[in-house]
Order: sequence, then C-alpha cells, then structure tokens
Amino acid sequence: MKILKSVRLRNRLLVAPAVLGLALTAACSNSSSSDGHQGATATLTGDCAKYQPYAGHAGTKVTMFASILSPESDSLQKSWSDFSTCTGIKISYEGSNDFESQLPVRVAGGNAPDLAIIPQPGLLAQMVKTGKVVKPPAQTVDNENKWSPVWKTYGSVNGTFYAAPMSANMKSLVWYSPKAFQQAGYQVPKTWADLMALSDKIAKAGGSKPWCGGISSGTATGWPATDWLEEVVLGGQGGDVYDKWVNHTVKFSDPPISAAMHTVADWMQNPAWVNAGIGDVKSIATTTFQDAGAPILTNKCWMLQQASFYEAQWPKTTKVAPDGDVFAFQLPAVNPAVANPVEGGGEFVAAFSSRPEVQAVQNYLSTADWASSRIKVATGWVSANQGVDKSLYTDPIDQLSAAALTDPAATFRFDASDMMPAAVGAGQEWKSLTAWFAEGQSIQRVAADIDAAWPQ
Amino acid sequence: MSTQTSSVTVPLPAVKAVRRSFSSPLGSLFVVVVTVLWTLPTFGLLATSLRHQQDVADSGWWNVFTHPELVLSNYHTVLFEGGFGVSGGLMPYLVNSLAISVPATVFPLVLASMAAYALAWVRFRGSDTLFFVIFALQVVPLQMALIPLLQLFSGGAHLGSFTVLPSFDLAGTYLPVWLAHTMFALPLAIFLLHNFISQLPRDLMEAAVVDGASHFRIFRSIVLPLCAPALASFAIFQFLWVWNDLLVALTFAGGTPDVAPMTVRLAQLSGSFGGRWELLTAGAFLSIIIPLIVFFSLQRYFVRGLLAGSVKG
Repeated sequence: MKILKSVRLRNRLLVAPAVLGLALTAACSNSSSSDGHQGATATLTGDCAKYQPYAGHAGTKVTMFASILSPESDSLQKSWSDFSTCTGIKISYEGSNDFESQLPVRVAGGNAPDLAIIPQPGLLAQMVKTGKVVKPPAQTVDNENKWSPVWKTYGSVNGTFYAAPMSANMKSLVWYSPKAFQQAGYQVPKTWADLMALSDKIAKAGGSKPWCGGISSGTATGWPATDWLEEVVLGGQGGDVYDKWVNHTVKFSDPPISAAMHTVADWMQNPAWVNAGIGDVKSIATTTFQDAGAPILTNKCWMLQQASFYEAQWPKTTKVAPDGDVFAFQLPAVNPAVANPVEGGGEFVAAFSSRPEVQAVQNYLSTADWASSRIKVATGWVSANQGVDKSLYTDPIDQLSAAALTDPAATFRFDASDMMPAAVGAGQEWKSLTAWFAEGQSIQRVAADIDAAWPQ
Repeated sequence: MSTQTSSVTVPLPAVKAVRRSFSSPLGSLFVVVVTVLWTLPTFGLLATSLRHQQDVADSGWWNVFTHPELVLSNYHTVLFEGGFGVSGGLMPYLVNSLAISVPATVFPLVLASMAAYALAWVRFRGSDTLFFVIFALQVVPLQMALIPLLQLFSGGAHLGSFTVLPSFDLAGTYLPVWLAHTMFALPLAIFLLHNFISQLPRDLMEAAVVDGASHFRIFRSIVLPLCAPALASFAIFQFLWVWNDLLVALTFAGGTPDVAPMTVRLAQLSGSFGGRWELLTAGAFLSIIIPLIVFFSLQRYFVRGLLAGSVKG
C-alpha cells in the first residue's frame, strides 16, 4: 500500500513535466514557422557577401538525412556553418546507419526529410518511383554541368536529372607499404601482368604471402568482394559490358562475367597468395574489412585492395604518404585496352521539398565553393567536380583519388552493386560471394544463384 | 489484502519440487555455471570498454588477463565528447531516453489498468467480445504498423475529402514515440492486468458496492492497491522494452539530439565504418545503468507479479 502511494505520487510528478514539455515544443514550432515569413531579402556584406544568392530565408530550417556518421558528419556540418550563419538557414543534420531502411519508411510515412544524401543510385531510383522526389532547381542543374557527364546519368532516373552528386570516392586502389617495397626492391606495378608477376615473386620468395583481404562487415558482409569483381569486370571487359551487366542484359552466368570471376579466383582465392598474416582463403570471409589491412603494418602482408576511405582505418600514428608506412597505387586494368578504369562511389543530394530555403541549400551544395569549403575542413573527402581547385587537397590519397576521378579520359563507372536492384546488389550478391569465399562454392553455382535473385 | 497474500505465499507442489531440485548440490552447481556463462558476455563488454582503441582492434577482450592495461578514456570520450568532438556527449540522449521511457511506461499502465478493471468488473454488452478483440490485437506485428502510423501522425486520416483526423505537426517531438509505444503496449498490458484483476474476490467488490462505492472509488481504493505487484512487473517489462527500443524511436523520433534516445546514439557511436568498438562498448555499458536501477528497485514485485498474473489466470 505504501509503495503504491509513492508510485502514484511519482506518476503525478512525472505527468507535469511531460505536459510542460509538450507545451514548450508546440510553442517552439510555432515561433519558427512564423519567423520564416519575416526575412525580406537582406544584403549580405563582408565575408558573407558571397552567400548573397542564397539570402532571404533567414530563420528557416532545412532537415537533412544521411548515412554519414561522425567524424565525417562533423566535417560536413563545419563545412556549411558559415553558410548557415550568413544566410540564417539552419541545417538540421541527422545521420543514421539504418539510413537505407529508414529513408523508404519515412518517405512512405509522409515524414520525408527536406534533403537526403543518397549513396546508391538504386535507392534514388526507388525514391523517385514514390513520386516524392522534387526535381532540382535550375541553378543546381547548371552547377552539375561542371562534373563529368557520366555523373549526371548516375543522378538521373529514366533520363530525368534528380539529384546532384556531392562527394566521390575511389575504389580502385591497392594499399601497400612503400617502406617494405623499397627494402625488398619491389616496384609499384603499372600493368595487371606486372601485378600478377609481382604477387608470384613475393609468394615464391617465401616468408609472407602477397595479399590480405577481409569481406566481413556485419549485415553487409560480402561487399568488399563485390568491389573486387566489379574492378575486374570494368578493367577486363570495359565500360559497355559493365553497363549491360548492371542492367542485367549481361548476366552473371554469361561468359564475360564468368571469366572475370575466374580472374578474381586466381587472384584473391589463390591459396599461395592469401590471406597474408591472417589465415587461409576462407579466413577472408571471417575477417572484417576494417582489420584486413593490419598485417601490412607488421610486414606480414604486402597488398590490400580497398577503397580510398580505408585511409580512416589506419592508426593515427601511421604515415600515409608515397614514402611513408602505407600508401596506395591505382589497380591496373586487367585488359590494357581499357583506358584507365576507375571504379568509384559517391553521394547524391535528393530533395523532397521545393521550399525556397531547401533549394538554396541544394544550390549551395552543388557548387565548387562548397566543395572547396568541405575540402579545407578535413582530409579524406574528394569531389569529382571539375571546378574544384586541386591544389586544395593536402592528403596524398585525396590527391591521387581526385586526379583519377576528374580525369576526362578515364573509364569511370559507379559501384555496380549500388546500382543493381537491392535484392541483388545489397542481398544475394553479398551472400553468394561470401559463400564463394567461405564455403568454396563453384563459380557456376554462385552466378546462377545471383541471377535467380534478380527481380523479374 | 489477506486473501491476496495467502494465495501467493502458499507454495504449490510444483513450486516446492522446483525449489528442492534447485537447492541440491548438483542443482546449485548447474545454476552457478549458467550464471557465469550468462554473465561472461557482459564482462567482455566491460573489459572491452576499458581497453585502448588499438588493443580492441588487435586482440580479444580476454587478453586483459595477461595484459591488464585499463583506461577510462573511452568513457570520457563517450560522456563528454560525444565520440568525435560533438559537444554534450551522451547526456542529452540520456535525458531523451528518460523523457521517452517514463511517459511511455506510465501512459499504458494507467490506461490498461482502467480498461482491465472495466472489462473485468463493469458489466456491459459485448465486454467479452471487446476483450477478445483486444487480446487478438497482440498478433499485429509492430513493424507492419510503422508506416500507417507514421502516415497518420504526419498527414492525418481522411475518408475521401472528409477529414477524420487533422494532421498534427508532431515531427521532432516526443509525442509520436509516446503514442506509438502506448499503442503497442496496450493489448498485452490489458490482457495481463485483466487476468489479475478478474481474479480478485467478488466479495470485496460486492462489499464496496453495498457501502455505496462508485466504480472509480472501487478502482482507486481496492483494485489499484491489490494489483500493485502486477503493475510493478508490467512497469519493469514496459520500461525495459522502451529503453532498449531502437526501431520505434528511429522511425518516429529520428536521430537528432533534440529527441533521439540512447539507443539511437549508440548505433551511431561506432562511426560510418563501424570501427569504434571501444566507444560502442563504453556507451552500451553506460546505458545499462538505469535499467538496472529500475530492475533492482522493483525486482521483488517482478517474480511475484508474474507468478500472480500467469498461475492464477
């Protein structure tokens, strides 16, 4: 009885702040919406003058939803803090690692964010199908022309341009230790044949195996293996076959892709070549991609194929430079006839609202000005915008990536698994390639399983 | 009161048998082994949260026994730096978690106890059918109701051009989370409490009616005090469920520091590439503290309430 009284009393005490909190939030939302109409176009001066085109929306708020988390998201927020202060547009950023599943739920539930930063063209297409994505304003379309034309197609759905690219990352890199290479007298290979010859030489020299790798990544286990296959398809078969593969006119079981899978098997499933410093071929499936490169630092592994963002995984004390502890070279084309194949990824800014302040933010994010501002905040971020001054990049990996991504002669293609339907690119392909490494499933079976999962 | 305590304290034969088998040496050994096995992951969590980032990446937590190099820096980072230089750390999220969990426990408790009393003791046409329908609602999976509920909160409900419910501008407040948790909790809460309340002796109610007590008076003075153990055990259930929930919070509250609870922040702590385990474990350990306080302070009602609700019902 006594306990119950105190429970009851506690209930009463708790309801009061709850009601108060409600009243407060209601008051806040009212004030912010009325502020929005006050802003007559003010003239911005001094340091703010360059933000004049975006002025006139002081006191408004734009919500943004993305998959980018701290510390990368902190750098993003810093990069537009001047813009926010000058224009008075508050950007309310929200990052989630459940972005891919939450965005469709929120859009279907009528609770879409104003702007979403979408890393997969496949997800963008899915969002456009809901009819909620708003076409970008004219200025964004104009800014977009500063990018190489192929990027525009990745931000488009059925030929209509919807989302401007924001950042780009480079996947076709091989991490190695320049110090160890120098000591052993090895040269950075320029062609695929050189790379294979070097691997063979290291394996025969004894001591350590040439390659290490890891494809474990929680519920996304298998994605690094899709990158290996994509790079071999792009570098061995060229852009046309790659595009047809993405839209399934060339199937996984067709000869070009089967051939590529055999090349991957000779490379990353070669028992004499992997898994350096970790274990056998099967250990690739159980090693997390974050830990895969660790043996390079202890000289137990020579090379790791992984994207430019792997730079964040090295310990802080590691020197990443052409003469440092680790560095990367571009993965050479399997077929020398394919001109500079570059596989990459990136993010696209899609809008779910056409309010003027949302369009102002959208315009700003598509400019080279913003990209420069982001580059100055922190390293590990590259824009494929050709208008960006390349001397701004201070990090050698960023410089390498930026050069490859903005090279007009390069055969650039977006990560295929991000463009394929989610059931394949973020589902069966991960599963089957993992089984390929973990259980040694045959190439025919892996290819047939993935083809069978393709939505009709 | 006397009837209720007697029914609980008289041990059933089955209970006696279980108690005897647990107090045998073999049984005790079994219990100890199971306890150690079950506590091991939590201990691993604690050990990981006290190790250096580099050690966590290099080797398993059991290496603390051979290389006991423990630091508190992970806790400092999580609590005061929010991971990577975000001000405030975990504190705003802790407050959000409390602001979500407490009302989302109290609301269903109040509503369900009233509904359970009405369904058990107020005679009206169709009360059994109504109870059955509410009971049956438990089969609706939470995940299936997420999008329709979100649509209801953001767009209101319309029949053709007729507005049944206007759209409340609730985005970015706690209210949608409270409402969602309350809705999903009600069927089970009503079912549990109904079983308990309907077993109260009829004589008590009749005596109260003879004395001229209204339904509300009976509910307040007789039913509520008597079902305290059931209320407490359901409160623990609901509190732990809401505290640990990620899906509902992520969908209805979002991930901004204004409303997001601890669970959402924990999911973000490991970073874009999932590499910061040492921060995740420190944050996870901090998030255990409050549920532990709730559990231990209400623990003695927990087993009693569960037994009372199930065995009698």
